Amino acid sequence: MTKKLIVIGAGMASGRALEHLFDAGGDYDVTLFNAEPRGNYNRIMLSPVLAGDQTYEEIVTHDDAWYAEHNVTCRFGEAITRIDRDKKTVTAANGDVLPYDKLLFGTGSNPFIIPLPGHDLEGVIAYRDLDDTERMMAMGPDNKVVVIGGGLLGLEAAAGMAARGADVTVVHIMGHLMERQLDEAAGYLLRKALVDKGITVLCQANSKEIVGDNGHVKALILDDGTALPCDLLVMAVGIRPNVALAQDAGLAVGKGIHVDDQMLTSDEHVLAVGECVEHDGAVFGLVAPLYDQAKVVAKTLMGEQGAFIQKELSTKLKVTGCDLFSAGDFADGDGREDIVFRDPARGVYRRLVIKNNVVIGAVMYGDTTDSNWFFGLIKDKADISDMRDTLIFGPAYQGGTPLDPLAAVAALPPEAEICGCNGICKGDIEEAITAGATDLGAIKATTKASASCGTCTGLVEQVLAVTLGDDFTVPTTQSICGCTDMTHEDVRRMIKSQKLTSMAAVWQECGWKTSCGCHVCRPALNFYLLADWPLEYQDDPQSRFINERKHANIQKDGTFSVVPRMWGGITTPNELRAIADAADKYMVPTVKVTGGQRIDLLGVKSEDLPDIWADLNAAGMVSGHAYSKGLRTVKTCVGTDHCRFGTQDSTGLGIKLEKELWGSWTPHKLKLAVSGCPRNCAEATCKDIGVVCVDSGFQVSIGGAAGMDVKETELLVQIPTEEEAVLVIKAVTQLYRENARYLDRIYKWMGKVGLDWIRERIVEDLDERAELVARFELSQSIYRKDPWAEHANTKADRYRPLANLALEAAE
Amino acid sequence: MSVWIDIGALEDVPLRGARMIKTPMGCVAVFRTSENEVFALDNACPHKAGPLAEGIVHGKSVTCPLHNWVISLETGEAQGADEGRVATYQARVENERILLDRAFLRARVAA
Ligand code: SRM
Ligand SMILES: Cc1cc2nc3c(=O)[nH]c(=O)nc-3n(C[C@H](O)[C@H](O)[C@H](O)COP(=O)(O)OP(=O)(O)OC[C@H]3O[C@@H](n4cnc5c(N)ncnc54)[C@H](O)[C@@H]3O)c2cc1C
Ligand code: SF4
Ligand code: FES
Repeated sequence: MTKKLIVIGAGMASGRALEHLFDAGGDYDVTLFNAEPRGNYNRIMLSPVLAGDQTYEEIVTHDDAWYAEHNVTCRFGEAITRIDRDKKTVTAANGDVLPYDKLLFGTGSNPFIIPLPGHDLEGVIAYRDLDDTERMMAMGPDNKVVVIGGGLLGLEAAAGMAARGADVTVVHIMGHLMERQLDEAAGYLLRKALVDKGITVLCQANSKEIVGDNGHVKALILDDGTALPCDLLVMAVGIRPNVALAQDAGLAVGKGIHVDDQMLTSDEHVLAVGECVEHDGAVFGLVAPLYDQAKVVAKTLMGEQGAFIQKELSTKLKVTGCDLFSAGDFADGDGREDIVFRDPARGVYRRLVIKNNVVIGAVMYGDTTDSNWFFGLIKDKADISDMRDTLIFGPAYQGGTPLDPLAAVAALPPEAEICGCNGICKGDIEEAITAGATDLGAIKATTKASASCGTCTGLVEQVLAVTLGDDFTVPTTQSICGCTDMTHEDVRRMIKSQKLTSMAAVWQECGWKTSCGCHVCRPALNFYLLADWPLEYQDDPQSRFINERKHANIQKDGTFSVVPRMWGGITTPNELRAIADAADKYMVPTVKVTGGQRIDLLGVKSEDLPDIWADLNAAGMVSGHAYSKGLRTVKTCVGTDHCRFGTQDSTGLGIKLEKELWGSWTPHKLKLAVSGCPRNCAEATCKDIGVVCVDSGFQVSIGGAAGMDVKETELLVQIPTEEEAVLVIKAVTQLYRENARYLDRIYKWMGKVGLDWIRERIVEDLDERAELVARFELSQSIYRKDPWAEHANTKADRYRPLANLALEAAE
Repeated sequence: MSVWIDIGALEDVPLRGARMIKTPMGCVAVFRTSENEVFALDNACPHKAGPLAEGIVHGKSVTCPLHNWVISLETGEAQGADEGRVATYQARVENERILLDRAFLRARVAA
């Protein structure tokens, strides 16, 4: 018996579902309601319609003939207003009540309208349907338009109207356009292209209110008071699944209408498809997954088995007139790395995100000829290890056999940027070579290329090889050292993903070329292993530099220095007496106050170390780790205890932090300071992590340095309580330990991952912060202890000569 | 003929590590490799007399702790671009004990 199917919404998803249903011979009597006064059309193509490249007629997907052929009763321009699931009826806007056997929701999304004062004025529109498009098509050379939102839709709207001659201003709240798809560099190129089209682009611009005249929009006012006059204001700031009707009907609704793998809602007679659904926690905003859902809807309606499986989302984006492609996933994350290629002269930018030798995301700007090939690599999850070196140049450079990366480099124009950090192009390097620089060191010295983050080292060497020919052989660099071809990042990824928990496992699984590494790779591996596997891995003293092996700094004459901790720079007469006694007893030649608010005993003999430590331990002092790639000092100022300006207990917080963090190993040394007020007497803003107390709380900033590079910290977060400040600092320390390359201080690491990336994890994602803190604590349960006490008790022998033959008579 | 002196147990030197012994003429570093071979060299780097016994042992080499010269344990020669050599002495392992050729004491006196 023919069943009645009522479809709510004639959108891209429901249209596709009906096609599949009829193709399968479904015996349904379909009534199709649509709030829009028209049938199914290709919403994606509204932009070409706006730009004048296509007409509405060309983008209609189902015409009257199709509906007639399949006996679809069309009720366009009519919304469904009510559903009675007990009686299985729907009510249309005009009051008609219709019974159904099956009901299909395809209500799509609603554009989000920021509730600014004046948002309901005439002339404030979204960009969602043909009506909106037609409003925009009416804009010409005499009109001013403001578009709020510098994402895909907003820019398509802006470009389309600009092409019609309108004076368009884009107002974007973030620092660069399309920040979710593009990084700053590509965002910059895009902005340049839009500006060339006559569009005004305002980034980091916050809208405050919309003012009108006679009920019609007149201008947008920004936070800073700027008024942007306009005849039309388009808001393109995001979409929300359209769930109101489903909610009223009592269906299970979260972000979207809950559906199972069969696209059934919480009512077995009601299905949903498209942007209005939520499946397994996800909502959808691109057509590809909607088409998969549509297939399943047809199967379920046919009583057949089908299941919707979420796939990796990939899509091409198009901004009218800008050559832009973006597909896959770009978020930074564990084990992901980027390959970036820039050619400033041609305005070309390419970025690939790679994880486990598979391309998972690609952004291309300026030259998208190879986008389909990259899209294919993403979809097929192709293993790219064989073509890694030439991948970024596209398919032309890939052969059946691994191609010579040099050919690709040789083909680069002189303006192609090689070193992004220092803005050095291929031509600069070639010039330096002609002028006599024939190796990497000389190139670094003369051009600065590869002298910063070093990621372009390989490319620089290839330029050397291309230019010098046989006079230069590309060393297998970028790897950690000569023992392996792998980079630090490769090895860290292997350690995590393959659960390598011993040095031997790393050597074996990563194909080390030497039997047991060398002084360069072993300390790095030792750190990576203990940072990632605090419980499983046994610290290897033989893979540590002498200072960390002997817990003291070696001096030029082979003696050592001893620096006990003075928590937060606070000491006592008793501690000072014990230090003075020790200096006398072990005949310490120099006693010096360090730059880290404590005292250094310099010139102690190796064999005396266990004894001097034991004496200092007896007075309650522990190792100051003045030798470690780990927590050094937490400098403090006097703060509220004594200072008339102090806003918080900076000394107390410093001590607390030092007691929580001491003993932890980090990629490089880690120095902290806490200042009690912005006068900043503890110099907190040039530390790896600095805290400046203010009346309202604690400003935690990171990435400072005052050694070979002098850097001011950048604000990570201002936080009201001391407790939270401690948690943030633990979390950032752990994030740094888990991700940074060995011997990168925080500022170097931050230069690579970006402060925003760190902030997202520590400030915005509280779950992630908590997890980082938990992992930090786990590790500290092993490492927060005094190595001096342990060595003085159990390893004292190792500090003394194995044998003393000095008394042996020489014959 | 070699006269071997027992200077200690093999296990008292860490794997891929070293210990120092005092002699009338100065300090000698005794190294133990991953392969459980032992080598004895003067404990003074040819560069600026860094204490080689405090270096990182890898393969049959040690890296000086002061400025990272790499010294061959077999020949005492500096590797790579660096030039210099330290004295080496006969050493071997027998029954888990480390033995040095007593002749080296004489050699040092003669030197
Ligand atoms: C003792 C001390 C100098 C002093 O007498 O005040 C000192 C001494 C050494 N510093 Fe330092 N630094 C000392 C404070 C500093 C400071 C100032 C500070 O911490 O407020 C800085 C600049 C701040 C910074 O780190 O950003 C500083 C920047 C360095 C650097 C450059 C680091 C960089 O990333 O650029 C090195 C080299 C390195 O670590 O690779 C270094 C390395 C060294 C070494 C470990 C050199 C070495 O490898 O042997 C020196 C060991 C001497 C010894 O045997 O004790 N020292 N060093 C200070 C110990 C502080 C403490 O109590 O722990
Ligand atoms: C300008 C523009 C460009 C885009 N470009 C791309 C692109 O390049 N690539 C890409 O993958 N995606 C793009 N999208 C997104 C894509 O168009 C949507 O993902 C897709 O249209 C969603 O399909 P849907 O069927 O779920 O909803 P829709 O296509 O929105 O259809 C829902 C329909 O339901 C109707 N409706 C709602 N409530 C009721 C009710 N109570 N009664 C009756 N009818 C109702 C609505 O009027 C609407 O017609 C673009 C979107 C826009 C607006
Ligand atoms: S500045 Fe630091 S590293 Fe340089 S000599 Fe002084 S203590 Fe040594
Ligand atoms: S003393 Fe050994 S490298 Fe300088």
